[in-house]
Amino acid sequence: MRVSLAIAATATALALVLTGCSAPQSSPADGASGAPEGDGELTLYVGRDEALVAPLIEKFTEATGIEVTARYASSSELNALLFEEGDNTPAEAFLSQDAGALGSLSNAGLLSKLPADLTSIIPAGFTSANGTWLGITGRARVIAYDSETVDAADVPKAIAALTDPKYAGEVAFAPGNASMQSFVTALRVLDGEDAAEAWVKGMSENSPVLTEKNGETLDLVNSGEVSFGLINHYYWFEDAAELGEDAMRAQLAFLPGDAGGMVNVTGAGILKGSKDDPDALAFLEYLVSEAGQQYFVEQTYEYPLLPGVAAPEGLPALDSLVNPKLDLSDLESLSQTQELLAKYGLL
Amino acid sequence: MTEHVIEVAAPPVGSRRPPPALLALAILACAVSAIPLVYLLVRVSGGAPDEIASILARPRMPALLLNTVSLVVTVTLSSLVLGMLTAFLLVRVRLRAQRVWIVLAALPLAVPSYLAAFGWLALIPGMQGFWGSFFLLTIVSTPYVTLPVAAAIRGGTTGLDDVARTLGHGPWRAFWLGTWPQIRPAALAGSLLVALYVLSEFGAVALMRYPVLTTAIQQAYGASFNRNYAAILAIILVAIAMILVFGEQRARGRVRRQFGAVTGVSRVRMVSLRAARIPSYLLLAVVPTCAVGIPVSVLVGRLLQAETLRELDVLSLGQAIANTLGLALGGAVTAVLLAIPIAALAARYRGRVVRAIESTGYLALGLPGIVVGLSLVFFSLAVIPALYQTAIVLTFAYGVLFMPKAIGAIRSSVAQVPESLSDVARTLGYSRWQTWRHVTVRLARPGIMAGAMLVAVTAMKELPATLLLRPTGTNTLATELWARTDVSAYGAAAPYAAALVLVASVPAFLLSGARRGRTDEVPS
Repeated sequence: MRVSLAIAATATALALVLTGCSAPQSSPADGASGAPEGDGELTLYVGRDEALVAPLIEKFTEATGIEVTARYASSSELNALLFEEGDNTPAEAFLSQDAGALGSLSNAGLLSKLPADLTSIIPAGFTSANGTWLGITGRARVIAYDSETVDAADVPKAIAALTDPKYAGEVAFAPGNASMQSFVTALRVLDGEDAAEAWVKGMSENSPVLTEKNGETLDLVNSGEVSFGLINHYYWFEDAAELGEDAMRAQLAFLPGDAGGMVNVTGAGILKGSKDDPDALAFLEYLVSEAGQQYFVEQTYEYPLLPGVAAPEGLPALDSLVNPKLDLSDLESLSQTQELLAKYGLL
Repeated sequence: MTEHVIEVAAPPVGSRRPPPALLALAILACAVSAIPLVYLLVRVSGGAPDEIASILARPRMPALLLNTVSLVVTVTLSSLVLGMLTAFLLVRVRLRAQRVWIVLAALPLAVPSYLAAFGWLALIPGMQGFWGSFFLLTIVSTPYVTLPVAAAIRGGTTGLDDVARTLGHGPWRAFWLGTWPQIRPAALAGSLLVALYVLSEFGAVALMRYPVLTTAIQQAYGASFNRNYAAILAIILVAIAMILVFGEQRARGRVRRQFGAVTGVSRVRMVSLRAARIPSYLLLAVVPTCAVGIPVSVLVGRLLQAETLRELDVLSLGQAIANTLGLALGGAVTAVLLAIPIAALAARYRGRVVRAIESTGYLALGLPGIVVGLSLVFFSLAVIPALYQTAIVLTFAYGVLFMPKAIGAIRSSVAQVPESLSDVARTLGYSRWQTWRHVTVRLARPGIMAGAMLVAVTAMKELPATLLLRPTGTNTLATELWARTDVSAYGAAAPYAAALVLVASVPAFLLSGARRGRTDEVPS
């Protein structure tokens, strides 16, 4: 109890400091002062696991008194739902599993512009370039390998190597997955269109094992069905928490500097109709507060994006993975990536 | 026996025109069920023609189409064979513990395909592709054939077989001539449900990593947010559904002209198993074991070995059970109300309009839940925004989604009510409405109840439309299960999986007909 009070106090103090530092045009809607002028209620769409987010929301309500009504579904379903609802959406804010969903909502003009004092909390490159959504956590792309058949030293240091015929039928990935697609986009941005096309072509000709989800990919590696899987790093930690670390046949290899080891972000945005809604803003502020960030670190093993919060133990430093030549806002050309994947029969 | 001859010789059904009120109600129900189709047309018309052309020309498209069609054809055929054999064994053969077998045959209906897939994957992680999907979908959809065929055999007679035997035909030939025509409409109707179910199925095929049109639709919503692409794929599903529905209708139409409704009191000859006993019991055991026994016990096993035994929140489990029951019941009532006018029309009248109404009513069943869900988001926001994200719209969605499942059962039970009875009631001074209420509905009640139960059991398992349309904060067993399998927390999922299967077993049990017992197998 005392700990959570301390966290709440820290969060409020932090929010106060941050708003204090902000530009002079601080609008009355900036509800971080502890006395929000909203209706004290927030309707939230959550594209992440309920077991993960519900306790966080409870802490938020405890800290701010704002009652939250949350609607849980997958990010893609909620994204489709938000598109369908358009201006009639009852949602005020959207917490998304991936930045791509937020980017597409932003492009369709469905998100409101966030105040600069909020967006400036998260370092550039990990949040939206146009200030319509806020990066919350980072997730690294990794190679999961079967430690019973592959030596750690033999795991490729770059995904380019996986087109080698000796890996035929041994690599699993989920081409429809948003993180996977943003990695291919990163490959196009970093290594050029020709190199990316060569890689996609090479993979498609190397009898890849196609899955629907990262979790399935990891299951395949963990059961020894395939030697390698391209996934996000935290899936391994989730499985390890469920099955026990000793039961994990799959191990992870991080790929610093390689497009295949890029860092994606999860994020949140405020819907257009709720622009500057103090309750929604307070929630976003809470997500990037020390308390909120710490919660994600402990529960999901994702990278915190707030400077000063330590990454989960056992993970390479975020800075070591980030490729300075890559900006997340460069990853919006998703449709070209999909065309590329479709061209070689992967989508 | 004489009665059969009279029935066959009776003038073909549909020499009269349908009453305007019935026609109007049927058209209304048909319009409601066409909401998803209208929505898809709106979406597709939003796309540029070149875009549509380039989507259709994608290299992956032929593969998706081929995979979809081959799965539909093979699963339907295997379910048809398995279901007919099971039905025959259940009804015409002297079995030990017959009622137990009858219940077991219906039980796979209570297991969501994604749950069966989870269980099997936990057991055999390498299971995948066409064969995995074929196996899973066959075992979970066989009851769609078993139940109506068993009911038809139960309601029929072996009298015509006996006539064939006395005329010198062998037992198989006699079965073909005597019994098959009686069960053919039921077999066709069941097969149609299986085929449409396979067409729209997403959960199991996705877990089996078998790329079909529904998984591509999910991906289109998932990563590309390309609604037009998703809508085009869904329209292809509708086109396939249309072919299936028309095919079934044509086949059934011929049957009815030949034989009419076979009713009347007659004796049923039971078969003794003798040498075929062991294979027969094995056959009866295969489907329930694979669809229910193995997945459920594997998940329960996971529950026992999971390291993170999360505390079970009994209150939220109870709340989820109550929500599931309430919503499924509402969905069943809505579906039956929508299905009755269409089924009554199709049972009693013929003609192009009647055929068109009936087939349109079936089409939504070929669409995945996410498409129907989104169409109702679109519809309710456009027409009745106040009801958006309320239980009313969700039960309405269940009605639209699953109304076709009730049509078949209601249609055949209405068709079995002799028209002469209605005529007598009319001559005795009943109005059309009174006749319908006091004569037809009363006699057709078992079919109407069966339709309602079939919708209820399906609605309990429904996930994608429920996620989109449920009132914010309302959980059902299916959504709770989804929330727990999404993070591969099998341990935490198991209680909800068990609760869902148990709750859904109730309508499945009622559907099985085990309650009716053997004494009143022959309807009067």
